[in-house]
Amino acid sequence: MQMYEEQKSSCPVKVPVECRFSPYTDNGGTTLAIAGDDFCVIAGDTRQSEGYSINSRYAPKVYQLSNGSVLATGGMYADGVTLVKMIEQRLEWYRHAHDKQMSSGALAQMLSTILYHKRMFPYYVWNTLGGLDEDGKGAVYSYDPVGSYEKQKWNCSGSAGHLIQPFLDNQIGFTHQKEKAPLTLERVVQVTKDAFTSATERDIYTGDNLEMFLVTQNGIEKTRVELKKD
Amino acid sequence: MPINEVKPATGGFSFDNYARNTMLNDKGFKAPGVIKTGTTICGCLWKGGLVLGADTRATEGPIVADKNCEKIHYLAPNMYCCGAGTAADCDATTGLISSKLELHRLHTGRQSRVVTAMTMLEQMLFKYQGHIGCALVLGGVDINGPQLYTIAPHGSTDKLPYVTMGSGSLAAMAIFESRWKKDMELEDAMELVKDAISAGIFNDLGSGSNVDLCVITKDGVDYRRGYDRPNERVQKERSYKLKPGASTVLTSSFRKYVEVLDGDAMDTS
Amino acid sequence: MAMKGKNCVAIAADRRFGVQLMTLSTDFQKIFEINPRTYIGLPGLATDVQTLSELFRFKTNLYKLREERDISPKTFSHMVSSTLYEKRFGNYFCEPVIAGIEKDGSPYICSMDLLGCINHAKDFVVSGTASSQMYGTAEGLWEPELEPEELFETIAQAMMSAVDRDASSGWGVIVHVITQDGVMTKTLKARMD
Repeated sequence: MQMYEEQKSSCPVKVPVECRFSPYTDNGGTTLAIAGDDFCVIAGDTRQSEGYSINSRYAPKVYQLSNGSVLATGGMYADGVTLVKMIEQRLEWYRHAHDKQMSSGALAQMLSTILYHKRMFPYYVWNTLGGLDEDGKGAVYSYDPVGSYEKQKWNCSGSAGHLIQPFLDNQIGFTHQKEKAPLTLERVVQVTKDAFTSATERDIYTGDNLEMFLVTQNGIEKTRVELKKD
Repeated sequence: MPINEVKPATGGFSFDNYARNTMLNDKGFKAPGVIKTGTTICGCLWKGGLVLGADTRATEGPIVADKNCEKIHYLAPNMYCCGAGTAADCDATTGLISSKLELHRLHTGRQSRVVTAMTMLEQMLFKYQGHIGCALVLGGVDINGPQLYTIAPHGSTDKLPYVTMGSGSLAAMAIFESRWKKDMELEDAMELVKDAISAGIFNDLGSGSNVDLCVITKDGVDYRRGYDRPNERVQKERSYKLKPGASTVLTSSFRKYVEVLDGDAMDTS
Repeated sequence: MAMKGKNCVAIAADRRFGVQLMTLSTDFQKIFEINPRTYIGLPGLATDVQTLSELFRFKTNLYKLREERDISPKTFSHMVSSTLYEKRFGNYFCEPVIAGIEKDGSPYICSMDLLGCINHAKDFVVSGTASSQMYGTAEGLWEPELEPEELFETIAQAMMSAVDRDASSGWGVIVHVITQDGVMTKTLKARMD
């Protein structure tokens, strides 16, 4: 690309015009993951937007990976797609080299490394990785775009992350409550759906569809719920 | 300000805090956001009058501040006005002009004309050079028949048979451009305006919730608040009602109202 | 934050007063009584909070002297709105929340932006630095026709969970529940960090 360009106009003063290219865009959307004792729920809405426009009403940003983990990618959609392709390739190499599936813990560390390798030109993606660990317990790892990560019990990020996270603290973590209800899969699914319908009411970038992945010992079940389209 | 210097309000804007706010802003203080009506508003003429339409979402950045706000404002018994842009400006400007029109009517004893309202709005917005951020769609019926105007924030105006404004204006205009015809029937016009607003609601993120319509004819006004409600919230999966005592309370008090009953009336004879 | 219930309303605020990250006071008053049935919450720049609360005290006292009755919540909210809009160019940095019970017993809540645009809601209104967090919790927890005790628990939980996720809020929570026959005021045990 040409960096400077002589201004072509009737104006007598010649000024160098700087051309700029912004490599990043925010495509909105919200992702959520909750770890239970023997299950894990990872969910995300499917709206892809830019500014005040909707690019797609069904552009899933939650991906089931070949090792049985589920990755939710918020932020820039194109970077998310690229990152998932890259991870899938690394998972295949791992299978060929070690003749086994990568564990969710190992994948969590690998993702951090992949992200940090692009420290100076990061993938513009807020990742949340969910799955079961070696003991069959639910595990959720959340990341920033440059690979700082943390193992958590529940996490919500993206455009409605600010809205849903305190709701999860209240309904999954039971902060400030004397009684704590047991965390069943049924309850977590209900809370997830309500969190997304609530977020759709108040966040303009969240809506259209909710895609949920329920990870249990028996495998992964994928469900879809319609959200409001306005 | 000493209490004896307090004078009754003289009207108009006060710039008392302006210098202070500029100073705070220079020091890096971040002001809270302003509520905007990132909006779809429109109107179109038909055989016997006109129809105005608006969505009902008010936003503050990416957050929906009001899910069901009123954007079709009353101006006069024969005139209504849709507002887009800074919500406070739309409310205040239409309120001010409607008061002025009322006084004008009492003074002249005649029905307000649409051009009068249009000129008052235009001159007010031009005077403030776009700092009052409202984009308006003005519709009314007077002795010259039904008329439809748009007024942009800087005070420029248009008179057209079908108009749209706000962030969803392109989506709504697409519907009008493809389907509007001269001398439509009322039902067709209402359906068209509903579809134009719906196009904004579903395809523009700044617009949402319900469709409000306002039909104005020479015989009167039919204001249809919530004419179409395509976005009702679904039933929640579970109830989040909490048992009393769930939260830890540090201090608690209860104050009963004191009812002052009429005693012996003062002797004013 | 203010919420509607069945024949009652609740208004809640945190109690922190700070300059950016430094907390200066943990019992700062942000909710003010206008009359026994009307309360106003004033989050924002502390100097404007106090200026406005005094200004409204003055204006409502004058109203009472002239009209020989308490100002109704709805009338009061329009008084607040025009006071703020008068300063359209050079505004107060304050986004008020008003809660009260009308003369006929119906609950009334509204919020405003800093220019005085009134937002009437059927369920709840929020305002301040933690507003997006409060939108999330309130939208999730609120439901219609709550009794005063239930309304208190709902607003308390919504408020505490929200301020925990906002660095500029916290240090205790105060709740007023305005009912048909009195006002219940409670302070809550919350995180102090």
